[in-house]
Amino acid sequence: MRKKQLSPTHKRDMDIERAFSDLHPPLDAGAAFIEASRCLYCYDAPCINACPTAIDIPTFIHQIRTDNLDGSARTILDANIMGGTCARACPTEILCEGACVLNKGDEKPIRIGALQRRSVDHLMDKVAKNGTHPFQRAPQSGRRLAVIGAGPAGLSFAHRAAMLGHDVTVYEARPKPGGLNEYGLAAYKMVDDFAQKEIDFLLGIGGISIKYGKKLGEDFSLSDLKKQYDGVFIGIGLGGSGTLGIPGEDLDGVEPALSFIEHLRQAKQKSHVKCGRHVVVIGGGNTAIDAAIQSKKLGAETVTLVYRRGDDSMSATAWERDLARLNDVQIRTWARPSSIGGDQKADHIMFERTKIIDGRLQGTGETYRLTADLILKAIGQKMLPLGLGDLQIKNGRIVVDDQYQTSMPGIYAGGDCIQSGDDLTVQAVQDGKLAALAIDQALTRNDAQPPVAAHSGKGGA
Amino acid sequence: MADLSCRIAGIDSINPFWLASAPPTDKKYNVVRAFQKGWGGVVWKTLGVDPPVVNVTSRYGLHKDFKGATIGINNIELISDRPLDVNLREIEECRREWPDRVIIGSMMAEMDEQAWKELAIRIANSGVHGIELNLGCPHGMCERGMGSAIGQVPEMVEKTTRWVREVVDLPVFTKLTPNITDILVPAEAALAGGAHAVSLINTVNSIVSVDLDAMAPDPMIDGKGTHGGYCGSAVKPIALNMVAEIARNAATRDLEISAIGGINTWRDAAEFIALGASGVQVCTAAMLYGFRIVEDMIAGLSAFMDEKGYKTLDDFRGRAVANTVDWNELNMNFDLKARIDEESCIECGRCHIACEDTSHQAIRIEAKDDGGRRFVVIDDDCVGCNLCMHVCPVDQCIEMEPVANGLPHLTWPDHPKNPAHKAVAESV
Repeated sequence: MRKKQLSPTHKRDMDIERAFSDLHPPLDAGAAFIEASRCLYCYDAPCINACPTAIDIPTFIHQIRTDNLDGSARTILDANIMGGTCARACPTEILCEGACVLNKGDEKPIRIGALQRRSVDHLMDKVAKNGTHPFQRAPQSGRRLAVIGAGPAGLSFAHRAAMLGHDVTVYEARPKPGGLNEYGLAAYKMVDDFAQKEIDFLLGIGGISIKYGKKLGEDFSLSDLKKQYDGVFIGIGLGGSGTLGIPGEDLDGVEPALSFIEHLRQAKQKSHVKCGRHVVVIGGGNTAIDAAIQSKKLGAETVTLVYRRGDDSMSATAWERDLARLNDVQIRTWARPSSIGGDQKADHIMFERTKIIDGRLQGTGETYRLTADLILKAIGQKMLPLGLGDLQIKNGRIVVDDQYQTSMPGIYAGGDCIQSGDDLTVQAVQDGKLAALAIDQALTRNDAQPPVAAHSGKGGA
Repeated sequence: MADLSCRIAGIDSINPFWLASAPPTDKKYNVVRAFQKGWGGVVWKTLGVDPPVVNVTSRYGLHKDFKGATIGINNIELISDRPLDVNLREIEECRREWPDRVIIGSMMAEMDEQAWKELAIRIANSGVHGIELNLGCPHGMCERGMGSAIGQVPEMVEKTTRWVREVVDLPVFTKLTPNITDILVPAEAALAGGAHAVSLINTVNSIVSVDLDAMAPDPMIDGKGTHGGYCGSAVKPIALNMVAEIARNAATRDLEISAIGGINTWRDAAEFIALGASGVQVCTAAMLYGFRIVEDMIAGLSAFMDEKGYKTLDDFRGRAVANTVDWNELNMNFDLKARIDEESCIECGRCHIACEDTSHQAIRIEAKDDGGRRFVVIDDDCVGCNLCMHVCPVDQCIEMEPVANGLPHLTWPDHPKNPAHKAVAESV
């Protein structure tokens, strides 16, 4: 029998698809049991305190050990309904796994993220088969709540509010739910359309409807919602990309790193996504790393990540930086872009070296040039204030009190659009959960229930 | 290098490690493999009167700990299911081919004098070094009036031992069942019957687990299960105590002991020898890992003896017997306090929660400047129970420190709070 020959293009496409496969393959039952058995089952464990959603990690790991995987997943999801995404995308090395006491004993920390994925995936698969959502709704309250933005904060809010018996309508500007889970996380962290599967699972509780293509400030206003609903939650995230403000920024081949990641995530075939031969990524966060690694996986000859300060100041974790270097991304520090050159299309970028002078970051006047036909900006996101009206805003974020309430009574906010902690999915989930609890308490205060501080104490704006 | 040779009931063995009468010693093939690895002797799987028994499938159930390690096995296999002739011929061959290794013939029969005597003579004629009376098997055979059905009745223990002694001129080991209340009773009966040694313990009656899907005990045979014999690490503490009881009892202290029960390592063996055993028998550990485990048993025991300066096993045999006393002889003025080493502490909180929930609320949590936590022993509340030290996952992080209280040795019978003592004092 003749072996079928692959065309060079077909082979290249297959190589690229393979390069985007799962970053960490899931643990099987045996490996999960062995890893779970390493856990010391600490009391009042540091890993719990390091998790923004305060998942009872020793308990869920103990439940893996006792072959109670359903219970394990419930322990996770009770604290964090997006435990599946967090298991894949959380920078665990600076959160739970970084706090694991085994680090102190010169042992490797427990692979909490991988174990969490094991439990949550198990239950999600089961629910996908039998359709029984693991959480039940409280009796209908008759209250209707509106959510703006179907990202992690908004959906976490919606799930918790639905669980508490309220009916929720989510207004989403885009055609798909998920926010950054769907559009902004690296493809190799979220394989097999996981973000959408997780949302299907989450919506399985019932009582949540999503209206797509509805943009705040264009299709509806805050005051519309305030009139129609008993409460409103804003989870709009940071929709605008930062600009460099340098000559040549308008040239073809210069784009926000998030747009590039979004194209990749939405592409049916990764190999069809346009990438440059020489890619320069500007920025020092996890988005910069995600964009740089994925450029390399798409076949770029050189990928250079340039950051204006030193390695230690990068918000990408050491683990992420190592991952980039392992993927042949060159990381250059202490330089900032000064201009982009090219005829209609970018072909190079100039950088000025920087250093700290008198405690401030300043250019030294010394420059260098990098050949670049794709320049990705990962210099941070900004909140787009469209439609927020008179809401109090500080440092580009919506101001909330310790109950997640904005300056307008009855309007709450959470996620990246407020200043609650790190701009992470896990923090957004916590904000949404706590805001739902807070709004629920405010709505039922008539029932003479004493108010309970809903905020985790991580400091509201 | 230490001399590991031992002599038990007059039988010389190159080392104290024998395989117990069980599946691993079922036939020549296994026994030869064991000898090749270095086992000093074997007790051949129990022989009965023909026709041979018939076994069922399956035969083993496992007891696992939290971390998935096997702590015990339970088995429902019966005695040898091969014809007596075949077994005896193989024993003869092994004796001839391995002259420096010990072979003991294990046997059982119904409570019939002639049956016991005829079987004992046939086995003795195969050239075995000694005969072990299986009076312990707690499953299957006992339902036919054998094994533990005999071992649980002191008169029968004495009788069967005597019957065998009367017809063979070989050392006789009476193997005892732990499924009784006081091990001294059957031990004394064996002694009265003329046993040269006792072997203990046989397996403990058990149901090792229940299959919650099938709603039947494991191992399952066509949907049903039965109680079996429990062995392995988990039974070692029971065996150690029973061996110690016999070793420190005036009537039985000269009875030689072939110790059995959860011996996995050289250390386990050394502990039994320190409590008076002359040799040990192993089964479960070999079943889990193969005969090769004897290599480390030999090397480890030898290294331990060299380290301690013991030249022969007799140099430390029974050394722990005098220190094994009744509770009433313990010093009540001895006091310990837990000491937690902050440097090596990894802040897991296990000591705190164990003490707080289940002991004496003597470990307090304090916040450290670096955001971590410190665990502090409250000496006034610490009773020195050791629990915190045992649950601590870090080696030597928690140590128990004796308190220099200057108080004299004081036992309960002399303690001022002992009501009996008070009554005596008042009556004087």
